[in-house]
Amino acid sequence: MAKIRIDNLSKQYSPNTPLAVKDLDLDIADGEFLVLLGPSGCGKTTTLRCIAGLEHQTEGDIFIGNRAVNGLPASERDIAFVFQFYALYPHLSVYDNISFPLRAQSINKEEVERRVQQVATLLQIEHILKRKPNSLPSGEQQRAALGRAIIRRPQVFLMDEPLTNLDASLRTDMRVELKYLQADIGTTMVYVTHDQIEAMSMAHRIAIMNQGVLQQVGTPLEVYNNPKTLFVAGFIGTPPMNFIDCRVIESNGIADASGAFRLSNTRIDKLKATLPNPDTPLVFGIRSEDISITADPDKGQVRGQVAVREPLGDETIYEVEVGENILRVKTEPTALFDAGDNIGLDFTEERMHLFNANTEQVFTI
Amino acid sequence: MTTQIQVVPTVQTSTQAVKSTHYLKEIGFWTALILAFVFFMFPLYWMLVTSMKPRADVELVPPTFIPFVDFQPTIDNYVDVFFKDRAGIGLTETDTEAARAVSEFPQTLTNSIIITTTTTILAVVMGTLAGYAFSRFQIKGESDMLFFILSTRMLPPVVVLIPIFLMFNQPGVLINDALQTIPIPLIQTFGESIKDFTLRNSYIGITLLYITAGLPFVVWMMKGFFDEIPKEYEEAAMIDGYSRIEAIWKIVLPEAFPAMLATSVFVIITAWNEFVFVLLLNRDDATTVPPFLYSIIGYGQVEWGRMAATSVLFLLPVVIFTFLARNHLLRGVTFGAVRR
Repeated sequence: MAKIRIDNLSKQYSPNTPLAVKDLDLDIADGEFLVLLGPSGCGKTTTLRCIAGLEHQTEGDIFIGNRAVNGLPASERDIAFVFQFYALYPHLSVYDNISFPLRAQSINKEEVERRVQQVATLLQIEHILKRKPNSLPSGEQQRAALGRAIIRRPQVFLMDEPLTNLDASLRTDMRVELKYLQADIGTTMVYVTHDQIEAMSMAHRIAIMNQGVLQQVGTPLEVYNNPKTLFVAGFIGTPPMNFIDCRVIESNGIADASGAFRLSNTRIDKLKATLPNPDTPLVFGIRSEDISITADPDKGQVRGQVAVREPLGDETIYEVEVGENILRVKTEPTALFDAGDNIGLDFTEERMHLFNANTEQVFTI
Repeated sequence: MTTQIQVVPTVQTSTQAVKSTHYLKEIGFWTALILAFVFFMFPLYWMLVTSMKPRADVELVPPTFIPFVDFQPTIDNYVDVFFKDRAGIGLTETDTEAARAVSEFPQTLTNSIIITTTTTILAVVMGTLAGYAFSRFQIKGESDMLFFILSTRMLPPVVVLIPIFLMFNQPGVLINDALQTIPIPLIQTFGESIKDFTLRNSYIGITLLYITAGLPFVVWMMKGFFDEIPKEYEEAAMIDGYSRIEAIWKIVLPEAFPAMLATSVFVIITAWNEFVFVLLLNRDDATTVPPFLYSIIGYGQVEWGRMAATSVLFLLPVVIFTFLARNHLLRGVTFGAVRR
């Protein structure tokens, strides 16, 4: 078990190409389950591979435990890596795959047997030990790959989107299992994914990246409730946060260009005070569950018209037109409005976010 | 009242129409296949049959095709392969025990085997490692290098006949000239000693040449193959505690083996059949079978039967090797055809 410290990590694959990772600083605590989350090409896998030693960083330092591992090859960093497509050696049986790392350490046969059985029992794969990986379904292949990682008892587990190749129901089950496994073994785990649901459900903390830059690090609820950048706000949450481009209006509050959206309250006034320049273009953000619909358009803070209704069973999502903007609103399934209805919208004051449209940073009060 | 029975002509149903098209297609397919088979196999068959014919029957018009039916096969030609020399002097019905010559065939066949085996092993080993490096590492100027490697195959070999001859004839002289410019006595003496060194009439010279010719092909084939094997296998092995070499040996090479085998077959065939350069560079004891085969023409009457028999025997090792490797060959040749 070990903590990881990344200082100022940068990676450029070839000269005159954009940096894959830019000046990343990250501290991962001992025993923590940290998820690196972001869209394709954001640099999360590159960061993971730099920690593993499979890529050489262009700049920066990486510490595992208290040891600087900058020049060390992957085999000496005491880490285990689970690849996206498992990378199980095709010509070896599952037993040989799992025991492969131990053979590199020249451990005697009985000890190898004992440890393989222990891991197989933990992952419930005793029945497939003699088979070759290609004859197994992906769920069992993945467990075998996990077994190969666990048996080494490394200081850190590194996982690169291990659940991507599983079907949806298996993925849900494995998410829970992985979480229990990590809690059980207690080893530091760095997990890369593009799926925010995986990240939210499994992580102690999430580190969100976009285009090589670390956007925010925080617990799932922190990044959900208090996103620091426009990207984080839009990336986390399903359906995505509603955004309206607006500006400060002199009388009070904020409004969009058409004027159909106009809002004023204490929180907005406080946020206005922090603006460097009253003409700064803004982005107003609010999550769909933080908007409520009233049947009487005049009773709401903003008027709108229902465009689409999506009844999902446990909730209903309405797409509401407010001027040029379309807002998604989540309601309980019993609320019944039809397309074409004029309705009023109320926004929960404490749950509003205001972002600087140019810098994409959030304004905080 | 008698009931009229009308006879209605049967209309061909759609199933019947499909069936007859199906038969036509089958017939067409098999006809084409048999024609192609005959076209490719006839020269080989003719050679085999010629090797079994008595001398009188070889140039017979109309020709005879089937042993035991059209003519009586004989093993005289095969005996001649081993007991007649280039000049055609050897064991015949009239020759005595004392006149029996030693054919050059066993020696040339041995040379062919040694040269081809050495070439193949070295070219495939080195080419595989180079192909691996090109595939896995980011080498500066990689695409340029690969193009240069490929471009050697665009060259008609005959263009470099004379330069190669000059290079191989007395490489020592050139090297010595360079070494003499260095004012260190030890080096100058060394230069003098290698002045007479020649790469001609040796295994080393021609093997080096064949390796040079075969390497580009191996590098390109193996690079393509390694590009298809995900590098995560080696990375997993390296994380598990193995060095890169160990990871290659334990994980990558077993996967690469069919491709290496397929590539070897191509290298073997090229080296085995090569004629011009070995004719130029190696003489007498150091030559291989193709020039030997050529040299037994042109002594009076052409002994087609003996030539055919020599060719059949010359074919055998390669045919046997390819036959034994046929399963791996198919997998090795089709790699890279289907993208993951």
